Amino acid sequence: MPLPPDAATPMIEMRHVNKWYGDFQVLKDISLSVSKGERVVICGPSGSGKSTAIRCINRLEQHQQGQIFVEGVELTDKVKNIEHVRREVGMVFQQFNLVPHLTILDNLTLAPRRVRKQSRKEAEARAMQYLERVKIAEQAHKYPSQLSGGQQQRVAIARSLCMEPHILLFDEPTSALDPEMIKEVLDVMVSLAEDHMTMICVTHEMGFARTVADKIVFMDHGQIIEMAPPQEFFTAPRNPRTQLFLSQVLSH
Amino acid sequence: MVELSLTQIVPFLLLAARWTLLLSAIAFVGGGVGATLLLLWRYGAPRVGGRATSLFIQLFQGTPLLLQLFLVFFGLPMIGIDVTPLMAAGVALTLYASAFLAEIWRGCVDSIPRGQWDASDSLGMTFLIQMRYVILPQSLRIAIPPTVGFLVQLLKSTALASIVGFNELTRSGQIVANATFQPFIVYGLVALIYFAMCYPLTVGSRVLERRLRTAR
Repeated sequence: MPLPPDAATPMIEMRHVNKWYGDFQVLKDISLSVSKGERVVICGPSGSGKSTAIRCINRLEQHQQGQIFVEGVELTDKVKNIEHVRREVGMVFQQFNLVPHLTILDNLTLAPRRVRKQSRKEAEARAMQYLERVKIAEQAHKYPSQLSGGQQQRVAIARSLCMEPHILLFDEPTSALDPEMIKEVLDVMVSLAEDHMTMICVTHEMGFARTVADKIVFMDHGQIIEMAPPQEFFTAPRNPRTQLFLSQVLSH
Repeated sequence: MVELSLTQIVPFLLLAARWTLLLSAIAFVGGGVGATLLLLWRYGAPRVGGRATSLFIQLFQGTPLLLQLFLVFFGLPMIGIDVTPLMAAGVALTLYASAFLAEIWRGCVDSIPRGQWDASDSLGMTFLIQMRYVILPQSLRIAIPPTVGFLVQLLKSTALASIVGFNELTRSGQIVANATFQPFIVYGLVALIYFAMCYPLTVGSRVLERRLRTAR
């Protein structure tokens, strides 16, 4: 078992990570360190490798070179390490990915009961608590298809929280939502950020990035082009590609 | 020529149909278990299991069932295992059904969106938990029509067991037809009995499908 991480150990550390799909290199020399309670936003044009980068952190994708550590545990082929990391790292997806044949409550309690071996009672009590937190407790006995996109995404966030993760990854959580539903999801994310959850968000929501991020990472063509606190990132981007990207997303 | 009345022929055939049902049940249960194991192996160990299961499936899909029956019936005694016709037919049909069901079910599992795997992976579920609670229940609904379709095929394929001397419906039909010189009537009755066994399966499938659709 890994040693318990002390305050100095970063929650996530990526060191010179490279990844290829066949001949195509999707990640080029990615190095990124995230400390406890830090909120990182990754942005960049589509196809820039930002989703792939965070999917490597819980090994939904494998990197081929470099090292990734999560709370001091290195991600390798070792199934034990992978399962350990996945229990501590939650993820929220663009398409919500709730289990369609289970009720909202059952969606939330499935992993705590089967993976964490909690009793049904214990898991349900905690699930209701997180459903309250995302303001959707009254929907507990419905099925995912009966909920709106924004509600489903809030359920998905609650489902991740039920595993009490130390880190949350968001992969474009608002990109599949109608505009009027984006706010309800962002509100939940902001409240998590205020509680000092360690989080990495891939998103195009620049307003969210500006208000909650400690650090903004800009990626293009598989590389990290620029990394800066929001103030600096938005007012004085150094790289011309960052400037171009910002002029495109902020022009409206 | 023997004079037999319909009241004698029909009960005789119906009794033989019991063996057809038994053989079908063996093949279907055995095939279901076999296919489940193949499927778990395939997805649990994609490299070795994937290749081995696909070889197995191709072998059984690419050769006639009749030859598989012969190979089991004549092959097992060569390695010192005595087989009755029922055993031989049971083994051959089980292997055959395992291969086909594994392939049908693989298609159903593959049709589950990748996000379902991603989400359950990201929650730290092990492969078996993920299969049991997330992937298979969703696959099941899609799998019903093609599975029942195959089950009907399988039931009719048990007729081939008559060739290795297993006394099921078709073989009994042959015996009676030979004895009475009334092949048209006898085989017509045999066909009707097959139909009476297959039709409820098709109807049952439709009912089950409708029930599962409303359950979501």
